[in-house]
Amino acid sequence: MTKEKKYQPDRPHLFTRIADLLMTWELILFVIFIVVIIVNSYLSPYFLDLFNILDTTFNFMEKAIVALPMIFVIICGDIDISVAGIIALSSLLMGMASAAGAATGTLVLVGLGTGLAAGFLNGLIITGFGIPAIAVTIGSMSLFRGISYAVLGDQAYTKYPQSFAFFGQGYIENTTIPFELLLFIVLAVVFGFLLHRTTFGRKVYTIGNNATTARFSGVPVNRIRLIVFSLSGMMSGLAAILLTSRIGSTRPNIASGWELEIITTVVLGGVAISGGKGNILGVIIGIFLIGFLKFGMGLINVPGKVMNIVIGFLLIFAIMLPGYIHALRSRILMIRQQEKPRYASSGQSE
Amino acid sequence: MFILTLLLLLAVSLRAPNFFQLGNLYDIANDTSILIMVAIGQMMVIITGGIDLSVASGIALSGMSVAMLNQYYPNIPIFVIILISLAIGFLLGSFNGILVSMAGIPPIITTLGTMSIYRGFVFVLSSGEWVSAHEMTERFRELPRGSLFGMTNLILAAVLMVLIFAVFLHLSRTGREIYGVGGNKVAAQYVGISLKKIHYLVFVLSGIIVGLSGLFWVSRYASAQNETAFGFELQTIAACVIGGVSIMGGTGTILGVVLGAMFLGIVNNALTVINLSPFYQMAIQGFVILVAIVANTLVDRRNQLAMLRKRKL
Amino acid sequence: MQSVLECHRISKHFPGIKALDEVDFKIRAGEVHALIGENGAGKSTLVKIITGIYPPDAGVILKNGETVEFRNPIASQMAGIAAIHQEATMFPELSVTENIYMGHHLTWSGSRLLDWKGMKLKTRSLLEKLELEINPDTKVKNLSIAQRHMVEIVKALSLDARIVIMDEPTSALSLREVEDLYKIIRRLRTEGQAIVFISHKFEDIYEIADYFTVLRDGRYIGEGRVAATKVDTIVQMMVGRSLEQMFPKTQVQIGDSVLKVEGLTKTGIFKDISFDLHRGEILGFFGLVGAGRSEVMQAIFGIDAFTSGAIAIKGRVVRISSPSQAMDHGIAYVPEDRQLQGTILAMNIRENTTLPIVDRLSHYSFLDFNKEREITREYGQRMEIKTSGWDQAVNSLSGGNQQKVVLAKWLATRPEILIMDEPTKGIDVATKARVHEFISQLAAEGLAIILTSSELPEILGMADRIVVMHEGKITACLDRKEADSEKLVKAAMGNLLS
Repeated sequence: MTKEKKYQPDRPHLFTRIADLLMTWELILFVIFIVVIIVNSYLSPYFLDLFNILDTTFNFMEKAIVALPMIFVIICGDIDISVAGIIALSSLLMGMASAAGAATGTLVLVGLGTGLAAGFLNGLIITGFGIPAIAVTIGSMSLFRGISYAVLGDQAYTKYPQSFAFFGQGYIENTTIPFELLLFIVLAVVFGFLLHRTTFGRKVYTIGNNATTARFSGVPVNRIRLIVFSLSGMMSGLAAILLTSRIGSTRPNIASGWELEIITTVVLGGVAISGGKGNILGVIIGIFLIGFLKFGMGLINVPGKVMNIVIGFLLIFAIMLPGYIHALRSRILMIRQQEKPRYASSGQSE
Repeated sequence: MFILTLLLLLAVSLRAPNFFQLGNLYDIANDTSILIMVAIGQMMVIITGGIDLSVASGIALSGMSVAMLNQYYPNIPIFVIILISLAIGFLLGSFNGILVSMAGIPPIITTLGTMSIYRGFVFVLSSGEWVSAHEMTERFRELPRGSLFGMTNLILAAVLMVLIFAVFLHLSRTGREIYGVGGNKVAAQYVGISLKKIHYLVFVLSGIIVGLSGLFWVSRYASAQNETAFGFELQTIAACVIGGVSIMGGTGTILGVVLGAMFLGIVNNALTVINLSPFYQMAIQGFVILVAIVANTLVDRRNQLAMLRKRKL
Repeated sequence: MQSVLECHRISKHFPGIKALDEVDFKIRAGEVHALIGENGAGKSTLVKIITGIYPPDAGVILKNGETVEFRNPIASQMAGIAAIHQEATMFPELSVTENIYMGHHLTWSGSRLLDWKGMKLKTRSLLEKLELEINPDTKVKNLSIAQRHMVEIVKALSLDARIVIMDEPTSALSLREVEDLYKIIRRLRTEGQAIVFISHKFEDIYEIADYFTVLRDGRYIGEGRVAATKVDTIVQMMVGRSLEQMFPKTQVQIGDSVLKVEGLTKTGIFKDISFDLHRGEILGFFGLVGAGRSEVMQAIFGIDAFTSGAIAIKGRVVRISSPSQAMDHGIAYVPEDRQLQGTILAMNIRENTTLPIVDRLSHYSFLDFNKEREITREYGQRMEIKTSGWDQAVNSLSGGNQQKVVLAKWLATRPEILIMDEPTKGIDVATKARVHEFISQLAAEGLAIILTSSELPEILGMADRIVVMHEGKITACLDRKEADSEKLVKAAMGNLLS
């Protein structure tokens, strides 16, 4: 009973180290993703065909593109519920421009410009008046989509130039890679670098963790938040271009309900809703996970509304799981603590 | 808030003198009753620092459930149907409440999820079909219309709700504890308030209100569809925000919420009266929300500055 | 005298820390008992166990000789224990009356309806008893810090407690209010209550306490009667060694004026602040909490705007409207609240240290991790930060080490003017001494330093000149040679010194 165990505070127990590695959120997501792929290929023998897989991505690339800046918004500690409203507004303005005879190039500018302006407006109100983003974007969401309803009512713009269809329906020359997919991959790389390798990304993380310290340390908090919301708006505008191009028309209910799925994707990807945590890899896996999951459900004729049930549960479990993992880890830590021998009276605990 | 509403009323009466006809005002009251009720539930959730995005889906699910019940079992007395709607609401609210209080999931995420889940179950239940007016019993459709004391049942229900919850929130311990939890949850725990209990309670209350409102909704509009009340949650939040409830929690009054809801109701009604297409409704709502939030913030700031000026240095 | 509450061999640990190790603590009726110890000694944890916020891992609590278990704060309250905690435990949007009665609202007899009239009446009488001029209907967010503290005390008294625990109650009070507090405590004592008074300010302890217990590193060290014990003995128990020279002051050549502030005013916060600062000089800013010193410093650093006045650096008037502009002018500000304003606890030492200069260390906005590590190593070593690696998260460091990270971070900006706001608050004695040495070194290297402090020995020991503020205005500006405790305290209380 006198044999003292040598306590090494810097070398965690082997079990904890393996647990740490295995329990990264990204890995869990990836495993679930693989499961979804496997199940899908059982459900349909044509699924594993490369062309088909690539074609599937059409369904969710627009949402994916909006999810990228949403990562920044949420890590910053804010939220943007108006993204789908911005898509509706951008699509409206493009429709109006097209009806007035604008060419594809102009349409792209209109779409991006509207998105940028709308996002900028959001950011201005949020940072200028110091109002929580959730309140402002709930209002602006109604305003933006409302304008579309006010102008269009139950009509639609359907006249778009031929070349405009390329964005949402086209493939890269001589390949089966959809333009949308390629665009997303490029943007994902750009945003990934922006988040993890630039000063901008570092500042975004600090704002989400402790905006007060960030401000006291010289980080231009409001300027960065303004940029983040503008970025979110602009990407929504881009998504509007792709979506309008894909379906070939503009209706006021375009992208209805998308904001929730986009936020779900980001949160599922491991970004904490309270801000300051998360990375791009998890969200990218999450995007494809949800995208293929929905496709798989479509294969067995699950109706859209029921798919939403699944996504809803997925979101809830996505949040519960880290909590349980953390509780498990604490339990392991406590057990480790109790193994530590008590030093009698020398008072040395380091 | 009073000022804004008065200004609005003034502006509207200038444009359309028939606005102030009793019939029209009556319509407004009827139209706004459901919003007032659900907004009260939303307010309680927001005061504790949360938000309930699932109210619209809950209304649809509860409404569809009782409508189908009425369709297939037309002999069930209305009274029982009312109880059933309350029970359904209780379950829906409970689910939210347990996830928030026990599993510790942030309310915005929980209700984001249940919003989709409940809406999805409307579809599952109805297999995508509607319940239309002729499939409902006479008594069912009459529920919100039947009058008592010169008010329709619907208005009566709203008035009762307002009274009950006004008493609850201002004259009962638990009601004050809701404000306590929203104001400073650490301090609330120190004085022995159970955060879990309060978080669960507000969602259950919101749910019960939603359950009843679902019944009123489908019976009033004599139809239960998959898209029933789509987007309604935003109106309830707007009513709260316009009525001075801070989205951060800790403050809010029933009176404010009622005014906020009525404000929205008046705006909606005024649109039809001055012959503006109802398609303008959403945009105006959004605009009004933004103006109201900014106005509230500016007023707060001015008050704070005034307090600073009072400190003679 | 019979003990009213006894703690026997109480132990408590949290993941990674042993907060209390078999601590004994006895409280007797009619006694003011000071619980003394440095930060991290375990005083707050012990209080939280007594008030039912945490359960002890081992040990027993006896009340009037019988074993009790406090499963939650309410159980502790029902046993007659009331606590006034350090952190604000108020509801800002609710009235004073409600803040006092939250959790135990009064109802009309025989019903569940709240009796607001009764509560307001009682509140008013409690406030009057303590000679406080506060309207019971005011929302707490509109009260000053001192007033809020008083309300906390009223709250504790409204619970008819037999044991009142006060955790650092004087830290936010003016001297007049401290006197009022002493009066209240003395009256409670004559009424037979037991008062536990946590403090590490000797003025308080020697003024008001009868008995003391010392904790250090979570362990019970000793106890005794205050009147019969010398300060040095208590310090030795607190610190483990005898009092060392804590304030090394080296003679430094004072250079030319580097910062000149004129007529700085911010409505309702501070008025007409004018002073200048020289190279190599340590300018002390003394005053009580709430005097406005931090606000002045934050205005100079560009965190909050000011209403009127001018700032000139090296003779040129400058406009500073943001911290990064202030940094461009060579100013650095070490904030008062290190957890809220100084560090990002969830991030690691490297990320924290490089934050203000992250742009300087980057390549066209791309992060350069190697440069970051270099800088972190350089300044981390200079500050002697004890850590297992620069990638260690800051929240796992001790208070003293966290403050070192903040200092390292601001030194890395290579400032010419360094403003330090209560830099040694809540730090253990050993680190405190090192920080003081360090400040002197910096002055010798030619930095111009503003040092804000509420501790007389620190200010008198370190500063070349001392500015005293009281409720937003400067009441005195003294040279080191002519300054003494009396003058400083008088000025801090509002008497203008010519």
